[in-house]
Amino acid sequence: MLVGAFKSVHGGWTFANITDLRHQPYIGYYRNSIELSLVTALIGGIGGLGLAYAAVRDGTPRWIRSMLTTFSGVAANFGGIPLAFAFIATLGSIGIVTKFITSQLHFALYQHFQIWTKTGVEIVYLYFQFPLMVLVIAPAIDGLKREWREAAANLGASSWQFWRHIGLPVLMPSLLGAVILLFGNAFAAYATAYSLGYTNLITVAIGAYYSGNVLSNPHLAQAMALGMFAVLAVMMLLYVPLQRRAARWAK
Amino acid sequence: MRPRRFIAPSAVPWLIGAAAYFFIPLIATFLFSLESNTTGKCCTLHSYGWVVHNGAFWHTIKISFLLSLETIAISLVIFVPTIYWVHLKVPKLRPVFAFMALVPFVVPPIVLVVGLLGLYKGTPSWFYAQPWGFLAAAYVILAFPYMFFSLDAGFRAIDVHTLTDASQSLGSSWPRTLLTVILPNIRAAALAGAFLALAIVMGEYTIASLSQFQTFPIFLQYTNETQAYPAAALTLLSFAITWAAMLSLLFVGRKRGARAGLMTGAR
Repeated sequence: MLVGAFKSVHGGWTFANITDLRHQPYIGYYRNSIELSLVTALIGGIGGLGLAYAAVRDGTPRWIRSMLTTFSGVAANFGGIPLAFAFIATLGSIGIVTKFITSQLHFALYQHFQIWTKTGVEIVYLYFQFPLMVLVIAPAIDGLKREWREAAANLGASSWQFWRHIGLPVLMPSLLGAVILLFGNAFAAYATAYSLGYTNLITVAIGAYYSGNVLSNPHLAQAMALGMFAVLAVMMLLYVPLQRRAARWAK
Repeated sequence: MRPRRFIAPSAVPWLIGAAAYFFIPLIATFLFSLESNTTGKCCTLHSYGWVVHNGAFWHTIKISFLLSLETIAISLVIFVPTIYWVHLKVPKLRPVFAFMALVPFVVPPIVLVVGLLGLYKGTPSWFYAQPWGFLAAAYVILAFPYMFFSLDAGFRAIDVHTLTDASQSLGSSWPRTLLTVILPNIRAAALAGAFLALAIVMGEYTIASLSQFQTFPIFLQYTNETQAYPAAALTLLSFAITWAAMLSLLFVGRKRGARAGLMTGAR
């Protein structure tokens, strides 16, 4: 792939494929992919954190926690074609929920919202982003020792002060690491968006250029893939030190 | 502070919201699959009949299933002795393997397939043009991290040195030690890796699609585009396969040495 990215359609060597990436539409695919991954990573991160905390905190019955982790283990691994179709059957133009809202609430949802738009794809991606966040962050929340809370409370700290000065700073490396993981997860996704019919993503563009549905130029596809690899490699470089820092409290 | 006896009020909306978000699509897909192809009204099992009587369905699901068995077999044959050797003789190499196992996470399937198609171009057609060759090779790469982390945890949970010494001092050969002493002890870990690999291969679309092989997810996507109601039945079946694989994983994971993993191959 590394070699192919620097070849032209005629077989000679060239930098044209790489320099082309700076122009439209390619740069647009990257930008849109990064935007979408960032949005789903942040919403997924916040939602997953809230959900994980709601499930593991004192008072929540144990069975809710074990059910959530079991379900998250499965749902984080959903994805691709079946996930896309499940949402088409739910929120697509003849989906069950769409039809229900139209007939019962007299609101023509499909005129305002389509599943193959950016918002639609984001809603679908969250289906595997929330559970992934729950799985990654639940052990970190467990790592917040009860003694720390008690010590803070004994010293007169309010719940807010505990989170502001102890809870969040301790969790921060884990949180950032998890959000990077979620970003990479969304950035790499291909089948889900493809199946929903959303084409404005770098992964879907690579697929289209490679298999020649649009305009077959495998070398350009290879250059685009190289660009994706570069983005993810940077993410990994950020992730590894965060992981190390997060492990400090995990004893 | 005493542990709270009742559920915290602020936790309730999170849990209810999550339950709604996660279950509504599943329920909707089920209701959708019961609707009639012609009238769009409930309830008929016609869609399920369509699936059962569809030759292409049986053909593609057989290919996907055999492919996952092949992937599991190749992975176990390669990785069990390798990781055993690393744990026994060269523990220094373990971080190198752990780093290599992260590579498939950094290289998304779409990038992997573009690279592999270029790399293997010009290999004999029994390899390049057959799912059992090219696709299986790609899936072994895709399954590597899951296999590695499961097996690694399994080997760490047992005392490799003592078991090996005991077996050898009783006169066993290396293959016999591996098969009759080590393997039964890491069975749970090997099974966990196998279930993850099964779930990955049964759901993998990107690589199969770009290398143009007809596997089950390809058939599912084709049905999505052409037959909406049977597609709902197939979607549920595909979910059921993931569920079965992951629940089996959790079941074997109760024993020591196995660990639930995350996968990103199917997306």
